[in-house]
This record gives sequence, C-alpha cells and structure tokens, in this order.
Amino acid sequence: MKKLNSIKYVIVSIAILIALWQVAFIFSDYSEALFPSPLMAFNALIELLTSGQLLESFITSMGRFAIGYGLSVIVAVILGLILGSLPKVFNYVNPALQLLRPISPTAWMPFVVLLFGIGDLPAIVIIFIAAFFPVLLSTVSAIMKIDDIYFRVSENFGIRQPALLWKVILPAAFPQIANAIHLALGSAWIFLVAGEMVGAQSGLGYQIIDARNNVRADLLLATIFVIGIIGLLLDFLLGIVEKKVLRAWGGE
Amino acid sequence: MSYIHIENAGKTFVENGQEFRALTDVNLDIEKGEFICLLGPSGCGKSTLLNAIAGFDLVNEGSITIDGKEVTGPSTKNVTIFQNYGLLPWRTVEKNVALGLENKKISKDERAKIVRTYLEMVKLENFAKSYPRQLSGGMKQRVAIARALAVEPDILFMDEPLGALDAITRMKLQDDILDICKREKKTIIFVTHDIEEAVYLADRIVVMTPNPGKVKGVIKVPLHHFRDRTSGDFLLVRDKIFDLLNMKNEDAIEYNI
Repeated sequence: MKKLNSIKYVIVSIAILIALWQVAFIFSDYSEALFPSPLMAFNALIELLTSGQLLESFITSMGRFAIGYGLSVIVAVILGLILGSLPKVFNYVNPALQLLRPISPTAWMPFVVLLFGIGDLPAIVIIFIAAFFPVLLSTVSAIMKIDDIYFRVSENFGIRQPALLWKVILPAAFPQIANAIHLALGSAWIFLVAGEMVGAQSGLGYQIIDARNNVRADLLLATIFVIGIIGLLLDFLLGIVEKKVLRAWGGE
Repeated sequence: MSYIHIENAGKTFVENGQEFRALTDVNLDIEKGEFICLLGPSGCGKSTLLNAIAGFDLVNEGSITIDGKEVTGPSTKNVTIFQNYGLLPWRTVEKNVALGLENKKISKDERAKIVRTYLEMVKLENFAKSYPRQLSGGMKQRVAIARALAVEPDILFMDEPLGALDAITRMKLQDDILDICKREKKTIIFVTHDIEEAVYLADRIVVMTPNPGKVKGVIKVPLHHFRDRTSGDFLLVRDKIFDLLNMKNEDAIEYNI
C-alpha cells in the first residue's frame, strides 16, 4: 500500500510537470523549433534511442562519471581517515582546504582544458573536484566525532591498529561518511554535464551543446530529461546500497 | 604487599591555565577477591581514582601497583564497565560479547561456546542476534557485563554502571551482580554515589569527599551476601556513612520550633 502510494505520488508529480510544460507551449510566442512541446521532445527522445546516439553518449558519460566519482570518493575517504586520526596535521591542512572548497569546480574548467586539452580528462577532473571536498571534510569530522568510549573499550580489550580501523573506526564513522558520499553523488552528476559542455566532444553534456548548434531544441530538452532521470536513478541505487551496508553494521 | 596497592596517589589537571586538584593523598590497599565500592558525591574524585587504577588516566603523584606491577595503561586482564555501556551499536549482542575474544587464539566454535555461556549467565541467550538499540538499559548493561566476564579478567572496574537505570531495574541488577560475583570470585572496584547501593554490594566502602577529592574513611561492611535492605545492621552501616559524609543534622534541635 505504501509502495502503491509512492508510485502514485511520482506519477502525479511528473504529470503536473509535463502539463505545465504543455500549457507554457500553448501560450508561448516562440517558434516550435525553439520551444517544442512535450510530445515533440518525446519524439526526439525516440529518435535518440533508435539512432543509438543516446546509448553512446550515455556510456561515454557514465564511464567518466564512474572514474571521476569513484576515484574521488576513494581518495577522499582514505585521506579523511588519515587526517581524522591526525588532528594536529589536519590543523595545518584545514585552512588550505577551506580556501579551495568554495571555488566552483567549473571555475577550474578553463585551466584544466589548458593543461589536459579537450577529451575525457577535463570532465573527470571536474567530477573529482566536485565530490572531493564534501566527502573529505565529512570523513574527517566523522572520525573526530567518534565517541571516546569506543576507543576506551577497544584499548581495554587490546584491539589495536589495523583491526581498530575496520572493527571500530569505520563502522562508527560510516553513517556520516555514507551521507556525504550520497550527497556528493548529486553534485558530481551536476558537474559532469558542465564538464562535458566545455571540455569534451562527446557525452550527454556535449549532446546538449550539439543540439543547440543544430537548433534542435527538441533533442536538447530530451537530453536534459534523460540527465534528470539518470541522476534520479543513481541517487536511488546508492540509497539502496547505503541502507544495506548500514543494516549490516546495525544502524537503523 | 596487597594485591592492589595505592600509595600517596594524587592527580592534578591544568584547565584554562589553572591547576585543579582532583585527587589528593590516597592510600588504599585492596585484596584479591574483594568487592570495593568507591562512594561519594560528584567531584570527590571517585571516577578519577577508578580511571587511574584501570590505567586510562594515570595519577601524577604517588603510585598505584596491581600485583606488584606499576599501572602504566589499561590491561586486557582488567575490564572496565561504563555507565553508558560502551557497546558497539553496529554489532549484535553476541558479537559484542565476542569482542574481547577475537584477539585470543581460540577456535570459532570455542569462542561461540564462551559467548553462549556468558550470555546465559546474564540471562540474555535469547537476544544473541539483537542489536543494542533493541535492548533496554538494564539489558545493555548485562551485555557489557557478559562481554567483560568473557575474557576472564582478574579485576572488574565498574564506573557507576547502574547510574542510568531506574530504581527497580537497578535493584535487580545489583542482585545479579552479587550473584555473579559470588560465582566468579573477581576483584571488583565499583564506583557509585548511591549509599544504599554501596552498603548492599560492598565488602568495604571507601568514602570520599570533594574539594579536593580525598578518602574520608574506609568502612568494612560486616554483612553477608544476600543482604536485607531493611535490617538493622544494614541501616547501621548506612548511618556510619552518613556520619562520615557529615550529612547528619547535629543541630536539628535548633530548627525544631
């Protein structure tokens, strides 16, 4: 019943969105080529699917995303574990991190393109930066916030490194780290599109630019819609994984 | 020399540039198998003293030796039980109890058998697969007790272990602790601010007072196990403690109008 209800919410919500779009289309003064209707965008989506272009862009983008996001999370968590266990070192690193953190990943884009040229790397670097700081800082704070009593108990029972790491530190800090990894997924996905619009000749982001150059607003909107759906699915999948691990470690 | 020997022990902290004396000039001898209660109001240094004997926060004056050896840090032979249980919430009850056994070179079957034995001792064998958050406070503390006993420690340190429990659960757990002690014959050092609890449990009560934290007196409890909380002897010991803590109203007459 609960599941049925949530499906109902999804359908109604998206139907309202499409209806608003249709209303805007009916009352707008723009030409159909610039502001297409939902149906035209849907036909463009079918075109993208049947021509195989969408699949190709999807695979390219997902490859970049997996490398950039995966690498970022791994490096950030490992670095976070180290810095979190060495608060004195972190005091020296933190100011630099705080300086770099508020810089939008897109600001690095021209610099990255200058260094690496157009291709896979700029998009990967942008995704890496987008996910890196939130995951790193959350991991550090999660480690530092671990209740002292866990360390006392471990010490009392003679649990030392490296067992301490995977028996106590990781599970104790996991909920907060997982939360950051989850949130970073969203921003990494946002910046993938930005990265591909500027620094690549392929992928979903580039497909938007390409559609604009050919004045195919229907293809453009269809691509945007697909980007939204994929982002939603990624978030959903990670949520399931997160819940599974959390349950294995006795969380709620 | 006695089993635990504390000589002129003291501890000072520096807080905001000011030296603060938590414990001063403690001399105490504890024999093997004794049940000792450290009793006093908050700030009397009873937890500081316990942590010093357990090796978590060492004293910076005098010395504490256990079995002839100076205490320099926590030992796996002596287990501390905390007021807030210290259970690992991501582990089931049985895996919590197994925690201290994982370092020992014993087979998995043997480990499971030991866990089972101690869970039965605290009557939680039916909750082996539960997580701590699914248990009540009293049950959590029984898990912590099982976990401590499983490694067969020489000494059990208990830092206000029943302080977070309601009065009825507390009394039941006091009985359980006495019961288990009689069977296991451990040396126990038990911190509490509850006078009745101390009289009910201890062989000797170390009464402490604050500003600065010091031992005011040591009272031997001449009662046997399975004590009656309402008996005359019980009240007599209680009375002595009230006396030591200056809680008897000597000038009562002045207030009677």
